[in-house]
Amino acid sequence: MTENKLPSGHTRIDTLELRGITKRFPGVLANDNVNFEVRSGEVHALLGENGAGKSTLMKILYGLYDPSDGEVFLNGKKITIESPTDAINHGIGMIHQHFMLVETLTVAENVALGLPSSRGFLTDLDKVSQRILELAEIYGLKIDPDAYIWQLSVGQQQRVEIIKALYRGAALLILDEPTAVLTPQEVDEFFIIMRQMVADGHALIFISHKLHEIMDICDRVTVLRDGAKVGTKNVSDITKSELANWMVGREVIMTRDLDEINRGPSRLTLENLACDSDRGTPALRDVSLKIHSGEILGLAGISGNGQRELAEAITGLREVTKGKVILEDEDITHFAPGKITERMLSYIPEERMRDGMIKNFTIAENMVLREHHISPFAEKGFLMLKTIARHSDDLIDKFGVKTPSRETKAGSLSGGNIQKVVLAREISRKPRVIVAAQPTRGLDVGATEYVHAQLLEQRRDGTAILMISEDLDEIMAISDRIAVICEGEIMGIVPRYEATPEKLGLMMAGVVPEEN
Amino acid sequence: MTPELVIIGILTSGIRLATPYLYAAIGETFGQRSGVLNLGVDGQMLLGAFAGFYVAFTTGSLELGLLAAILVGAVMGLAMAFVTVNLQAEQGISGIGFYLFGLGMSELLFKMLLGTVETVKGFPSLHIPFLGDIPVLGEIFFQHNVMVYGAFLLVPVAWFVLNKTTLGLKIHSVGENPEAADSLGVSVARIRYFTIILGGILSGVAGASLSIALLNVFQQNMTSGLGFIAVALVYFGAWRPWGVLAGALLFSMVNSLQLWMQVLNIPIPTEIAIMLPYILTIVVLVITVSRVRSPSALTKPFDRGE
Repeated sequence: MTENKLPSGHTRIDTLELRGITKRFPGVLANDNVNFEVRSGEVHALLGENGAGKSTLMKILYGLYDPSDGEVFLNGKKITIESPTDAINHGIGMIHQHFMLVETLTVAENVALGLPSSRGFLTDLDKVSQRILELAEIYGLKIDPDAYIWQLSVGQQQRVEIIKALYRGAALLILDEPTAVLTPQEVDEFFIIMRQMVADGHALIFISHKLHEIMDICDRVTVLRDGAKVGTKNVSDITKSELANWMVGREVIMTRDLDEINRGPSRLTLENLACDSDRGTPALRDVSLKIHSGEILGLAGISGNGQRELAEAITGLREVTKGKVILEDEDITHFAPGKITERMLSYIPEERMRDGMIKNFTIAENMVLREHHISPFAEKGFLMLKTIARHSDDLIDKFGVKTPSRETKAGSLSGGNIQKVVLAREISRKPRVIVAAQPTRGLDVGATEYVHAQLLEQRRDGTAILMISEDLDEIMAISDRIAVICEGEIMGIVPRYEATPEKLGLMMAGVVPEEN
Repeated sequence: MTPELVIIGILTSGIRLATPYLYAAIGETFGQRSGVLNLGVDGQMLLGAFAGFYVAFTTGSLELGLLAAILVGAVMGLAMAFVTVNLQAEQGISGIGFYLFGLGMSELLFKMLLGTVETVKGFPSLHIPFLGDIPVLGEIFFQHNVMVYGAFLLVPVAWFVLNKTTLGLKIHSVGENPEAADSLGVSVARIRYFTIILGGILSGVAGASLSIALLNVFQQNMTSGLGFIAVALVYFGAWRPWGVLAGALLFSMVNSLQLWMQVLNIPIPTEIAIMLPYILTIVVLVITVSRVRSPSALTKPFDRGE
């Protein structure tokens, strides 16, 4: 092996430098004169809130966007990257946050896609499979080349993405929030792979807003705020809370102490609840939970283990095949969603853009979506437009929604502001129970902090809250008790003070904790 | 007529009648596999049928007629591709637009250039030596004209291209996850242009197979919705050429059966008999479609989002 070769046989990238990158979208300056540099053998974190311009910068590096201005230097030589193909040819690979895999194709087919074949226009999947196995051996990535993507777990799919990049000769890998979809154990395995790659001379760019991961795995960190670079530091020179403040530009509350609140009677009781998925296979089996007044019950689990179906079964959006949903003392199992709403159950849906609001309606209209048909928003079938206007102005003010006016279309707001509109609508009616599904997914640190504060205030007022989340940090931050769901079954419930990420991670993977 | 002869007759004409379904549905399969629903097949067929017939009628050359149908189909496909890929039009609606254009245009050209129903001498039967001499089977399968053989040959060729070539892999990925394909340097636009134009060509050939190989006339709206059944066959065949073949045979056999019922004066009203294949379409689709998943990106325009 020569000096500048990687174990995969490809050439190393010693330095890659972005100089003065600017990207203008109509009305937005997404990147403003950003400099960024990454070297062989380091993990360089790119940190910033949503909309800070991290993804834009990386899409420019990967050739998906053309920069309005700026230059790229590879090993000191200026290069131009006009398409992903150019980037790949220069040894730059990208693992996207949403995997770029074709589910109905096999691992080998996904890897071979877009590459010239050694047999001309015929595919050469046997050779591709062989090379995949070689790479898997070198980098310790266990994978079956003939498996279909849909058969693989999320962690395995990520390995396919890495192999795909290595196969194409990637010496530099852009990792866009790679841990967002993994269990804690999968994250550990992933970090081992990352360390191995760095030791072998790869350069890695790690995009994340999970600060503890950056502290764990990265050598240097560059912070972006509002499209501009704030600075670059060695991770060893900075603490976690300094990093958080640096990113947001102000003090951030990192951990909260939950005040002692006397838990009231059970407001929402699920008894042996079962329902089917969209495909007709069982999604929930025998789920029993009690959520009390004045508590937040966090429901942790890996995506797709019945969380969505549970929320829909409770809110009447999905047919219950077995068991009961009891709201206070009333059995509401087969009630229509409207009737459940009337009984003061509020729902913050996972897909806020699709299920939480109507994009083409104004903010004012979205604010009264749930109660537009009843007094005081409607009288004798007529909308009380003045009342609605006053109500929405109040809420915009109280919840700090950043919008030009109440007449603005909801779809044009940012993710954080849309969630504020949904929260405002669901909370302002003083619900008895709140079902909050992934309430902060995709939100930045500031907006997440706000949503948590709102949920905690509801908890103080005695509302029973079921918070479904795939983010363990969030679950551990504000839940009184934590239930873990795996394949539609509750693996166990632990009080907050007994929960550790390891313990929850095992339960998320389907291990039932030992009785003590 | 003996029952044996009737059965042979039904099977023989069933094979013949599968021809236009096969060309059109295999073309549509390529389009849908790449994520494009083309509802304009019937219109493309009508223009192909007219072009094929008119050129064959005026020049006396069936080969030139076929070439004209191919060209017209390609131009229609090119227009469809531009509207679908570049303008990102709603595919269901633009397809209907192309259908209506083909329907109206073929009628207009017919009135302007021909005026009356004429006939041509279509492609002659090609008795395949040896195979064509096998009793019964030879008559059913191996005494057809060249366009019939072409349609059946297309099935394994399409299967091979879709499953064994790098092009097939690209088509599949563009129809399932265009973002993924794009991120690997596969040009979504180029692949879709290719499949839509290929679909247009095969639709044109399907039309010509009616006007210069099977019926050997051109009449207004002579396809009478055959192109729409071809679209349904793609669903029926679960986006696989062999499945499409099975569907095409099912429909052509039923069609052949109803034609023979009329020939044999079986006392069923003609209208009911003619309806049979269409009723079958609906019944079969209801039964089969929920079974398989369509390509994920079907009808979805691709936009890199810049």
